Amino acid sequence: MTEQMSSKSAAAIDRAKAQGRAALIGYLPAGYPDVQSSIDAGIAMARNGADLIEIGIPYSDPVMDGAVIQAATTEAIANGFRVASVFDVVAGITAATDAAVLVMTYWNPVMRMGVDEFSRRLAEAGGAGLITPDLIPDEAAEWFAASDKYGLDRVFLVAPSSTPERLAMTVEASRGFVYAVSIMGVTGARQSVSSAAEKVVADTHAAGAERVCVGLGVSTADHVREIAAYADGVIVGTALVAAIRDGGVDAVAQLTKNLSAGLGRDTAQAHNTAQA
Amino acid sequence: MVDASTANSEENVADAFLQGGASLRNAPGPYFGSYGGRWMPESLIAALDEVEDTFEKAKADPEFLAQLKDLNKNYSGRPSLLTEAKRFSQHAGGARIFLKREDLNHTGSHKINNVLGQALLAKRMGKTRVIAETGAGQHGVASATAAALLGLECVVYMGAEDCRRQALNVARMQLLGATVVPVTNGSQTLKDAINDALRDWVSNVDNTHYLLGTAAGAHPFPAMVRFFHEVIGEEARAQILEQTGKLPDAVCACIGGGSNAIGIFHSFLDDPSVKIYGFEAGGDGVETGRHAAAITLGRPGVLHGARSYLMQDEDGQTIESHSISAGLDYPSVGPEHSYLADIGRVTYEPITDTEAMDAFRLLCRTEGIIPAIESSHALAGAIKVGKQLTEGKENPADTIIIVNLSGRGDKDVETAAAWFDMLDENGNVKGTTLSTRKPKGPSERSNLEISTEEASEDQN
Repeated sequence: MTEQMSSKSAAAIDRAKAQGRAALIGYLPAGYPDVQSSIDAGIAMARNGADLIEIGIPYSDPVMDGAVIQAATTEAIANGFRVASVFDVVAGITAATDAAVLVMTYWNPVMRMGVDEFSRRLAEAGGAGLITPDLIPDEAAEWFAASDKYGLDRVFLVAPSSTPERLAMTVEASRGFVYAVSIMGVTGARQSVSSAAEKVVADTHAAGAERVCVGLGVSTADHVREIAAYADGVIVGTALVAAIRDGGVDAVAQLTKNLSAGLGRDTAQAHNTAQA
Repeated sequence: MVDASTANSEENVADAFLQGGASLRNAPGPYFGSYGGRWMPESLIAALDEVEDTFEKAKADPEFLAQLKDLNKNYSGRPSLLTEAKRFSQHAGGARIFLKREDLNHTGSHKINNVLGQALLAKRMGKTRVIAETGAGQHGVASATAAALLGLECVVYMGAEDCRRQALNVARMQLLGATVVPVTNGSQTLKDAINDALRDWVSNVDNTHYLLGTAAGAHPFPAMVRFFHEVIGEEARAQILEQTGKLPDAVCACIGGGSNAIGIFHSFLDDPSVKIYGFEAGGDGVETGRHAAAITLGRPGVLHGARSYLMQDEDGQTIESHSISAGLDYPSVGPEHSYLADIGRVTYEPITDTEAMDAFRLLCRTEGIIPAIESSHALAGAIKVGKQLTEGKENPADTIIIVNLSGRGDKDVETAAAWFDMLDENGNVKGTTLSTRKPKGPSERSNLEISTEEASEDQN
């Protein structure tokens, strides 16, 4: 893993590690139901136990997303979401909390704005880096250059289907952490965590990754507890999106608090940070 | 139509390329110039590698090639005919127009070439299930056909809007044993069907092959789909030489994703004397914004795994395409076409719905052939090309044009009847009680609903 550059994501995960626990990473799409709500919900996640915040860019063709996130991002676009608003969301959260804020995006919106321009604006907004579900390192030459130039984290994905060669290559290409998908599938809450997840994490660590976080199908404190036993971080998406859909920012705060209980610590003391 | 100066400069670029000794044929991918590649989730890379590896080995395996050849001949009915359209030619400046009759293949279009090849590969990989996307239903029907023939389970994703427009094809697929899943996401058309097929593939990749229907998507699909359609061009080249003793002056095809086009273009790419034209769906007219002319008005971007020309807004969101032809209603295009456009080897131009339907009617009435509306775009383009190439020529019949008649128009009868004002307000053919709409029976309805539930199960 490329570690010579300082990484906001790595620092956030290491702070959790120093407390003897895994990090909690919460996902919500920007602009759902509106931009201000995204900022408020991001802050609520950070104040209730999330160490890293993942802000998704609503996109017209989200092939890695299940029904809940699709519905939310489609609504955000219908409500007039513009890609540049994601920088306002990132800036709003980083101004109010010390959570590392990553943007999760399909690649075409970044390519359309220009990889360098997008990266510059993300860095200016205080963003930590990008999670890129449909960009593999093989196609990422422009992103390597821009992320190095602006000091951004490159979070690539690994999957149960990744070969040892691809694991090694992806670990080498990543900065911050490596995102291990727990299951062959798309985002969405599931009854149980796939047994494939633990093996992917072990293999990714063995391939040299210092920090491996697990996402896809993680929705309850029990899931969080199970994954926190072997991974450096736990990523929750769909459950939080359903929470903001059904109960707004308060529901996001409550769910984050519940989830962080799975990390095995006292949430009342953790992350009681009202300012950056 | 391009003006003469543009056409000349494009020819010069292509000529220079060809005279440099480089062949444009058999480009192996993953890249065609700066286009193509694999802009795909890591979860699918191993599956793409498996497809690529299986394809490369099969391509070099005489047993596989013999099996494919046998199916093409004894199942699809290849070689397809090359028919001179003498009466139609009179409307194209007098140039001699020859039709490559892919409409005569089993299932009624070129699509069968690709599905037979990929279904054989699926068997080789030990897959028991194939999935496919479909717009008008031609690729879905072809996939269901190949799956039935080879004993594979088949699930076809089709936009809910397209299911309504092409109910008869939904029934055809079901008769062939396939499950049709109506896609209710996004614009409910072809691109959304591909999205859902990709979601299915990533969830079921162990036993499932994604039988992509066009020469687009992630590597190896563009090069592989082209390979299975190359037979169109190979036959056409031999047939035109046999019938006229020379190569054609021009080859015309319609472009949605571009699989029929790349199949017939392939054999002529290295012949500098042959002008090649791809006709995109101009819809209501490219100036209206309601079209599917990705090369004409798009800009490079990534969708469904490939970098190519793409209809997108300022934010990189895909713009919904519009065309009277469901088969051309796709906002991007195969990456090899983007490359051939950039280097000037192939000229890509839009044809409006009106131009296509005029050509549709003309072919019906001059040749007794009802073409697919997709193919009618190529016919309309050929009329323009014929007039242009024969302009000022003493002997227009010296000019020879091949049009890829990629499919037959039976599926389009309702659309055509509505377009030509042949229906009354109840959807019946005027003066009859004959409805072009298939009654919706309760059994089909329940089948569709079950399919939707199954598809969304893992996302709950």
